[in-house]
Amino acid sequence: MLPLKEKDKPVVQKLLSAGCCARCVLRFCCVLVQSLYRQPIQDTLKQLQDFVSNLDSSKPNESTAVPEPHPAEGDESHDATEAKQGEDDSEQGTRTAMEPPDDPPKKRMKLDEDLKGSDASAGSKDAEAPPAPAPALGICVVCLGVLQEYCSRDHARKVAEAVKTEDYHFDTIVLSVSLPAQLCVREHSCWLHVKKEMREKIMTRVKDDIVPVKEAFKWSVQGLIAMELGGVAVVTRSSFEVGMEFKHTATDSDCHFLATTCADCFRPTKNKDSVFTRVAVVKALEKIPDSKFLIHYPSPPGRPTSSCTSQAIQCLHTSIYVAGRYNKYSRSLSQTPWIIDGRRMMESSVEELIAEPLANSFRAKGFNFSSSGREDVDVRTLGKGRPFAMEMLNPHRCRFTKMEMKQIQETINTSSDKIAVRDLQIVTRECMGHMKEGEEEKTKSYTALVWTQKAIEKDDIVFLDDIKELTLDQKTPLRVLHRRALAVRQRVIHSMNTRFRDPHHFYLRLKTQAGTYIKEFVHGDFGRTKPNLCQLLKMDTDILELDVESVDVDWPPAISE
Amino acid sequence: MDCTEEKDIETPAPSVIERYFTRWYKADVKGQACEDHCILQHSNRLCVLTLAETHPILQDGRTIKNINYKISNGCSRLNNKVAGKSKRGGQFLTEFAPVCRITCTDETEYTIYSCIRGRLLEVNEDILVNSSLLLKKPSTDGYIALILPKFEESKLVKENLLSREDFEVVVSKRAADVQSQPS
Repeated sequence: MLPLKEKDKPVVQKLLSAGCCARCVLRFCCVLVQSLYRQPIQDTLKQLQDFVSNLDSSKPNESTAVPEPHPAEGDESHDATEAKQGEDDSEQGTRTAMEPPDDPPKKRMKLDEDLKGSDASAGSKDAEAPPAPAPALGICVVCLGVLQEYCSRDHARKVAEAVKTEDYHFDTIVLSVSLPAQLCVREHSCWLHVKKEMREKIMTRVKDDIVPVKEAFKWSVQGLIAMELGGVAVVTRSSFEVGMEFKHTATDSDCHFLATTCADCFRPTKNKDSVFTRVAVVKALEKIPDSKFLIHYPSPPGRPTSSCTSQAIQCLHTSIYVAGRYNKYSRSLSQTPWIIDGRRMMESSVEELIAEPLANSFRAKGFNFSSSGREDVDVRTLGKGRPFAMEMLNPHRCRFTKMEMKQIQETINTSSDKIAVRDLQIVTRECMGHMKEGEEEKTKSYTALVWTQKAIEKDDIVFLDDIKELTLDQKTPLRVLHRRALAVRQRVIHSMNTRFRDPHHFYLRLKTQAGTYIKEFVHGDFGRTKPNLCQLLKMDTDILELDVESVDVDWPPAISE
Repeated sequence: MDCTEEKDIETPAPSVIERYFTRWYKADVKGQACEDHCILQHSNRLCVLTLAETHPILQDGRTIKNINYKISNGCSRLNNKVAGKSKRGGQFLTEFAPVCRITCTDETEYTIYSCIRGRLLEVNEDILVNSSLLLKKPSTDGYIALILPKFEESKLVKENLLSREDFEVVVSKRAADVQSQPS
């Protein structure tokens, strides 16, 4: 039985004759019993019609009806519902199975659970009632069909099919619904239409108590979608989102009067095709006085000529983060795609070589690469490599065993001899911070091949080995000055080691604070890095080759072979 | 994997300037004979203003008495400050904007001009302390200033300047003229 009271009758009557669908009537009556939205809309309509036509005979029902469908806190209403629950425990088992397990502990939901008993009893009673004439189902003046045809098993099946074709891996789903903006206008108009009746009967009712279309839609259809997807749980928080968008051809014409009455609410936005966004319309409706609204818009809202259309179902899985360390063995490979004036300067990049096999395995729609610093195109990264992380966008597959991750790593490593990857693993989003944190404090080791203008002997350079904790004043190198602010930065070279090669070359191994520009330390950068190797050796020096030997960041954790 | 691609280090490697910069010249700046300037343009569009090797200051063992970045009572290039990535607040220089004046010990004074349009990023304060840098390393440590052309004008920098080849032609012609007109 519907949890409606005698005083709801005029409201129900008015809504039905205005052209509201049965579910919108439930919404306006603030009915929070989810199962009533879930049942076929024809059944609900019939119950409503019975309810209003048996003005007198419904009286006895009132004792069993819920005293107050409004989410009142009063102890009385709780007691009443609990008492009823006892009557029909047998039905409850099957119904809870359909319930999403992860719903938030909202008061409304709680109330719904409590009310289940009453609903079940309503069903059985209804079956005995004489059949009423089948009503013509027009397009609802308020929801424009969203709570009608789009809550049907047919539509649920279509949604489920769309999700299945995408072939995602998921355990739970969350539904997101986007509705055309004029539903707010129509809702407002309808509210003004029944406001008087609602206020007269129940003083506490305000517009906010009306169940939102979105919520009613989810209550109506999510069980069906879940079933079509083979019993997956529909929850309020999930890493997998199924997005439904409804549009209507008359959105602009329905909302147009607001643009002239509340012009300041509608400013053209860059990436929206219409100024009538939901947010803007809601804001305008809050501002417009009822009297003014009624001049410009009919109340109740006029009969629509068409219902909403459902846009393509959008599936979105939250990002998965993969971390590891990479080596770069090539002096002609950039870290990220290097494109100048739309022309590629290098065939590939570290990022792409790692991302492609990953994106294939995760069946991701894109990726974001980040790393603990970067090396120049002509610099190799040796040793244990440089920590990196890759955000896989909208991955269709997201669970991998350690063995499978190892296989992906193998695939990357065999695909190119320019790079290698180790410690490849799935990490949490929060862990990503470890990589960037302490980017300046950590140490890095390098080996540079240095050219000297004058001939040297082994003994001429050994003094460098004794220099410890040498503080440099580095002006932003010319090389990066076009994109970094001009500043003098202090960086420390912790230690240096020399290996003589020939009279004009030696290898210089450096342990430095992260963020030290090594090339500039060697050639001096027009005297803008001080001291520099030219000054220390009192001759021109230049750097011919540079290798990163270690990036001392202890994240991600090493994975044993 | 170690050192598989070592360079043939017998042939001298290109210098920093050769690796990253293009040299552009302006001969006889402001009609002053032989007062040649050289602009080193980095591949990232940044320009380094320097004296060309042929500039009178660098000839005949001259020594410098004074370098002055204060080009008028109201304007000193030393007051130039730039902030942020976009280098806000730098003085904007046009082609004929004076950047500094250099006085030699023989009391000859030369004005160094911007030669290009762009934002002044930095002047070389090291040469104020150690003017021999300018004489010994005019195209590196003895640079005059850093100038950043506007992004959309960076490709036009060369239009009013000479390439290295063209400049060498000018210089050799100049030498020939001197020989043909003995005083």
